[in-house]
Amino acid sequence: MDWLLIIVLLPLLAAAAVGFVPDGQRQAIRGITLGASGLTLLCALIAFCTFEVGGGLQFETRAVWVESLGLHFHLAADGINIGIILMGAIVAFAAACCADDITHRAKEFYILLNLMIGGILGAFASMDLFFFYFFHELALVPTFIMIGVWGRGKNRNYATYKITLYLSLGALLALIGLIGVYVETGAKSFSIPDLIAMVQASPIDESAQQWIFPLLMFGFGILVSLWPFHTWAPLGYGAAPTATAMLHAGVLKKFGLYGIIRVAIPMAPIGAQSWLAVLAWLAVGNLLYCGLVAVRQKDLNQLIGNSSVAHMGFVFLGIASLNVIGLTGAVLVMIAHGLLAALAFGLSGHLYRQTGSLDMSRMGGLLRQMPLAGTALLMALLAGCGLPGFANFAGEVTIFFAAWLAGLKTITVIAAWSALVIGGLYMMRAIRNILHGPRGDDWAKAADVNPLMATAFGLLLAALLVFGFAPSLLTKGIEGEVTKIVRLAKPAADANQAQVSETAGR
Amino acid sequence: MGYQLHFIQLEAIVVVLGLLVLLADLFISESARRSLGYVAAGALCLVFLLSFHGSYVALADGKAFGGIYRLDGLALFFKRFFLLTAIFVLVFAVDFASRLKGAVSEYLAFILFALSGMMFASSANDFSLLFVSIELITVTFYILVSFQRHRIHSLEAGVKYLILGAVSSAFLVYGIALVFGEVGSLKFDAIRAEHAGLLGNNVFLFGMLFVFAGLAFKISAFPFQVWAPDVYQGAPTPTTTFLAVGSKAAGFVLLIRLFGSAVPALTAQWTGLLMIVAALTILYGNLCALPQRNLKRLLAYSGIANAGYMLMGIVAQSDEGAAAILYYLAGYLFTLMAAFMIINLITHEGEREDISCLNGLYKRSPFLALTLVLCAVSLAGIPPLAGFFGKFLLVKSVAAKAFGDAGYFALLAVAVFGVVVSIYYYFGIIRAIYWSKNAPVETPVTIAWPTRIVLGLCVAAILYLGLLPNKPINWVNAAAKIEAVAR
Repeated sequence: MDWLLIIVLLPLLAAAAVGFVPDGQRQAIRGITLGASGLTLLCALIAFCTFEVGGGLQFETRAVWVESLGLHFHLAADGINIGIILMGAIVAFAAACCADDITHRAKEFYILLNLMIGGILGAFASMDLFFFYFFHELALVPTFIMIGVWGRGKNRNYATYKITLYLSLGALLALIGLIGVYVETGAKSFSIPDLIAMVQASPIDESAQQWIFPLLMFGFGILVSLWPFHTWAPLGYGAAPTATAMLHAGVLKKFGLYGIIRVAIPMAPIGAQSWLAVLAWLAVGNLLYCGLVAVRQKDLNQLIGNSSVAHMGFVFLGIASLNVIGLTGAVLVMIAHGLLAALAFGLSGHLYRQTGSLDMSRMGGLLRQMPLAGTALLMALLAGCGLPGFANFAGEVTIFFAAWLAGLKTITVIAAWSALVIGGLYMMRAIRNILHGPRGDDWAKAADVNPLMATAFGLLLAALLVFGFAPSLLTKGIEGEVTKIVRLAKPAADANQAQVSETAGR
Repeated sequence: MGYQLHFIQLEAIVVVLGLLVLLADLFISESARRSLGYVAAGALCLVFLLSFHGSYVALADGKAFGGIYRLDGLALFFKRFFLLTAIFVLVFAVDFASRLKGAVSEYLAFILFALSGMMFASSANDFSLLFVSIELITVTFYILVSFQRHRIHSLEAGVKYLILGAVSSAFLVYGIALVFGEVGSLKFDAIRAEHAGLLGNNVFLFGMLFVFAGLAFKISAFPFQVWAPDVYQGAPTPTTTFLAVGSKAAGFVLLIRLFGSAVPALTAQWTGLLMIVAALTILYGNLCALPQRNLKRLLAYSGIANAGYMLMGIVAQSDEGAAAILYYLAGYLFTLMAAFMIINLITHEGEREDISCLNGLYKRSPFLALTLVLCAVSLAGIPPLAGFFGKFLLVKSVAAKAFGDAGYFALLAVAVFGVVVSIYYYFGIIRAIYWSKNAPVETPVTIAWPTRIVLGLCVAAILYLGLLPNKPINWVNAAAKIEAVAR
């Protein structure tokens, strides 16, 4: 079965279907969206379960799109993206469940939401650089519009402009890097497998690699809020509607990381070796600086936004260590953080709906007031500071091993500090302020989550725990693919790495 | 040699059509004159079909009149391009006729005469034909720009265009004279053969520089762009559209012919100069567009920026680059046409085309709102629309050269910067349409059915060029390839 094709087309078809529903029928519109994203999740689950580890590209769909340029519509899954697609489908369904707060101009919102979901899943499923980029933009443009029209707060316009300009700049830099890859390999094809085969036979000229890698690194990096280009993220997420923040912070943002792992490192390994040291130090910026900024926040959304930027530092660090465990850990954190960010923004969206404020100093005692939401929030915040048992821990600890192994010892120490101490500090404070103590005055009438949202949060938490206790469900597939990438980047260190990964993967 | 009039059959038909429109004016009533535009547009549709006819296409790759007129893939592409533009502009002009206050048929006839000039320009293979066709275009535009004699803005625009246009023509003719003095021939074929030996000859270089200046005026490239905003704003909107699309494209076909095929060695020598012009044009257009509140001025500055992007295709010095320009122009035609038509539909006579008149457009007319958003998104170069694919091809053609020459990288950096800036102001348009509070008027917009068809075609074309570029890319590659054979 072409599961991926179905997964990508379902949301896009749902967008079209919503377009034909008459304006006032909000329930019908929601029904279509929930149905489509539920079915997508089911398909993604089936695809994940039937995926054969080590079986190469699976569930392929391939059609020529522009012959003279070598563009193909090519969807396929391997060990790296199958997990991300599953995570994307879970978050998409959860986002659809949490989109209940949109009442005005609902039809347009749901069209954009479905488009965004389709774009996200398409971007991660694409094996052709052009569609990879195309689907990302397809998801990005609705994001801007959703923040602009349905966003909240008085900073909305500023946030919309800022996020639009930053992310457009990142996407364009990456686009030039991607075109550079295409031109320099001389492959006459945008297909990633073709390009990899090409660079294996004859690598890209070294001087060109020194250009291409930073273009891709900073381009993709801006999309993932790489320090110091991260300021759009807390601002944008603070202004975004709940579902949009969940989808963007959870899944769409990971596109940049995925791009670095999937394209930048294999295509420009020599450029990577000289630039990854820079990336490692910028990762410290994410971890330490944004962590400290998060400590100072009084608004829950700003706290989650900054902590999510800080978490990206782990992934950058994993990538920068450029060994099998590091990249495996990076992908694992991408997936874990996706689930976590969606959970956290979903919950903060629910809290915002109750009183229209997320000021933590006015909250308190919410665990008693809303047991379901409170418990979920407690677990989310604990997962955020890396409590073992959640998938985040498995990924983060793997990255520490990898970075130490790669010789980034100072950075590892800083990262461990910021993860354990700073992360622990702001998360614990948030738990105390929000969930414990006497009830805040404004919160007397606050209601707990409805069953639909409870399902969504339960699903996210379940996934976090499952992958936390059994990370090998993901890592087995990731390792195989990542080994190929590391082998491309460091042919000499090959045997050594494989051995280490054997021991560390358990 | 014999007569070779069959080569210019399309141009001849267009000129005759223009004369017929003038004649018909004498015999039909005032009220019927407007529909003359539809008749002329219909006739041009037939000419457009004729350009696909086997007997005409069979002439391709031929030269006529002693080699001064050339009918190749490039010429054929641009003739069709201009015909399509003129058809749309004529339909547009009918919409606009009531604001002209009389002399509608003259207005239509001048559009046809300008069209014939553009069609000749696409076949120019000799400086004399180049100059004559450029003058035919420019002189008719002096009139078309100042056609609303009751509006001071229109007259002002006309005078500005006249003075600056005359200066640029002077540059052009002076340059041609200098080149002629050195080469001893006006024919591009002769110049192609001899120019490699003249690259150190200052007289020849000055001559070519002046010619470049004259053409840069047509495409509104920096530093010959000052006229564009005022003229675009003051001119009657159909004229603005024709100027923005047709006249600019005429400049580009001549640039491709001259710098792409007639003097390739000189282009290589001037790579740096062309890069700087392209980069400054992109920067100037985009940065100056930022504070604009008037939609026509905004589009004028964005038009300057777009000229800069298209110059990148010339800088690339490859068939790929030329093909990318053609693709970009095709997308540009449909986007600008739709955008100007909508601006015209929603503003009333005498009203300023301020960006705030878009407020609440999504309530007044969802169709127009969506179309204008598509135009803005396409101009901003966001996939999956025509503008993105055009920019993609242009960037690709420059990137192909970049990994050997840092200058190309600088140009790409400027282009990226320009696109990011442009997203800001195009986004302002979308913002006004969808989430602005105080709408000035709430009345629905009425649209005549031919205009509706044109707008529908534009939307279809913007989507087609963006989503299914396979065939169009083959067309533009073929059109730009014939160029290479002669090189």
